[in-house]
Amino acid sequence: MGTKVNLISGRTIVQGQNLDNKLSEEYFNEVATCELNKADMERLGVAADGHVKVKTSFGEVVVKAKEKGGTPEGIIFIPMGPWANALVSGNTHGAGMPQYKGIDAEIEKTEEEMLHVKDLMKTYMK
Amino acid sequence: MVEITDVVCSLCGCVCDDIVVEVEDNKVTKVKKGACSVGKSKLMGHGRIESPAIRDNGTLKNCSYDDAIKKAAEILAAARRPLLYGWSSTVCEADKVGVELAEEIGAVIDNTASVCHGPSVLAIQDVGLPSCTLGQVKNRADLVIYWGANPAAAHANHMKRYSYISKGYWTEEGKKNKKLVVVDVRRTATAKMADVFLQIEQGKDYLVFSALRAMLLGYEDVVPEEVGGISKKDLLETVRMMKEAKFGMIFFGMGATHTRGRHNNVVNAIQTTRAAHTHTKFSIMPMRGHYNVAGINQVCTWETGFPFAVDLSRGYAWYNPGETSSTDLLVRRECDAALFIATDPGAHFPGESIRHLSKIPVIQIDPFPNPTTEFADVVIPCAISGVEAEGNVYRMDNIPIRLRKLVDTEYMADEEIMKGILEEVRAIKEKEGE
Repeated sequence: MGTKVNLISGRTIVQGQNLDNKLSEEYFNEVATCELNKADMERLGVAADGHVKVKTSFGEVVVKAKEKGGTPEGIIFIPMGPWANALVSGNTHGAGMPQYKGIDAEIEKTEEEMLHVKDLMKTYMK
Repeated sequence: MVEITDVVCSLCGCVCDDIVVEVEDNKVTKVKKGACSVGKSKLMGHGRIESPAIRDNGTLKNCSYDDAIKKAAEILAAARRPLLYGWSSTVCEADKVGVELAEEIGAVIDNTASVCHGPSVLAIQDVGLPSCTLGQVKNRADLVIYWGANPAAAHANHMKRYSYISKGYWTEEGKKNKKLVVVDVRRTATAKMADVFLQIEQGKDYLVFSALRAMLLGYEDVVPEEVGGISKKDLLETVRMMKEAKFGMIFFGMGATHTRGRHNNVVNAIQTTRAAHTHTKFSIMPMRGHYNVAGINQVCTWETGFPFAVDLSRGYAWYNPGETSSTDLLVRRECDAALFIATDPGAHFPGESIRHLSKIPVIQIDPFPNPTTEFADVVIPCAISGVEAEGNVYRMDNIPIRLRKLVDTEYMADEEIMKGILEEVRAIKEKEGE
């Protein structure tokens, strides 16, 4: 059972720079990450670049933890992209728009490996 | 080496049009000025899809443009519930052919507003939008509010060209005589620049708009001591700044549309702007993401009457986001074929939607390989609009600007590809009619 957090996703500069370069290592290193407050990092016992598993009712992914000062406690931020969206529901509440921000999630430290983008996409093809 | 000036950037909704590049041996070799780091990355280019390809036994096999276009047409002509999606990172000329194709095959045509400012469109249809051009903001605004938007990461030239840092006719001293308010859940790079940063609790946008609106209308007494994590004191200070501004501007982003409340947040943002009108000049604008998402909304509206999520299967346009929007169609597993142009649902749709896409025939038209390529059945590479192809696009304030062609290419432009598919579909239909 992981720690309960509120997940939001969004743009970053490096994510934008690699919009046309999504199969690259640069994109992977930027987007398969999870920004957390220092206190939350300590609570999870995870060091910078350590792996964390994030779970929602809709999916789970392993990403790299990154300490980010401006992120409030209890909030985690994953840059928009395949890793964040594996956790997003398709329920649009009648508005057409999935809820990409404000998703109930659980996070825990893990030793599991991260999936590269091609492998992540393969999980949808089963 | 040739220097090209007044290059137009085809990345974000800022559509910066003062870029200078150097071209040598038919390649952009240097971006000399004007572009932000994201735009520069786009102009300098990345690895391309090398050839049209069709998936055969699980593997993409290279083929000719003719074969790929024929295959795409066969898939679309045979589909009962096709979806044509994307259209925001290409030019209006291609979008127009897309609407024509949607009509021809009775498809749902939807664009990236569906997962971006779709809720803003719903709000605008509900209560209108007291907006202006970015030129007005540059020349007049002395108070800029970014709400749920982080231009420092997503629209890196926005502040410099159009808002807080720009220098205009009545704002010749730039940010010296301007105030910046940022409302966000995270202390972003944009928030760090703000005179006032309101760090709201996630999902409390509606409440904070309501509080500001009440205060602007003189009902300060009904506002509690804290709203959405913001103290009444800070809210009153923000309202004071709003009232004292000569011209205030609210730019709102995905922080308002992607979260609980969706279009209702935007309705409240617009009504807050109206409440500010009782004191001074105020305007509001969505921070549109892709360089031509405003353009496909324009084209789709003038062709069908509606800006996104338009279902043409009935022989007339039917618009009902929540039913006819891409995510809903895919989660209901309603589509039996999909064409994606200038977009990447593999990266940007919820996992649940991608699961269905991996089971139906998918056509991808894009200059670059991306997660969608991993499950696409027909891949058609295209010229990069704004680098290798020209055409019209609409900036985030709905000002049309023409993209320039900087270098030659052997890749077909989106418009040509779409015309090719439309022609083939018509030929198939004609044959079926015989």
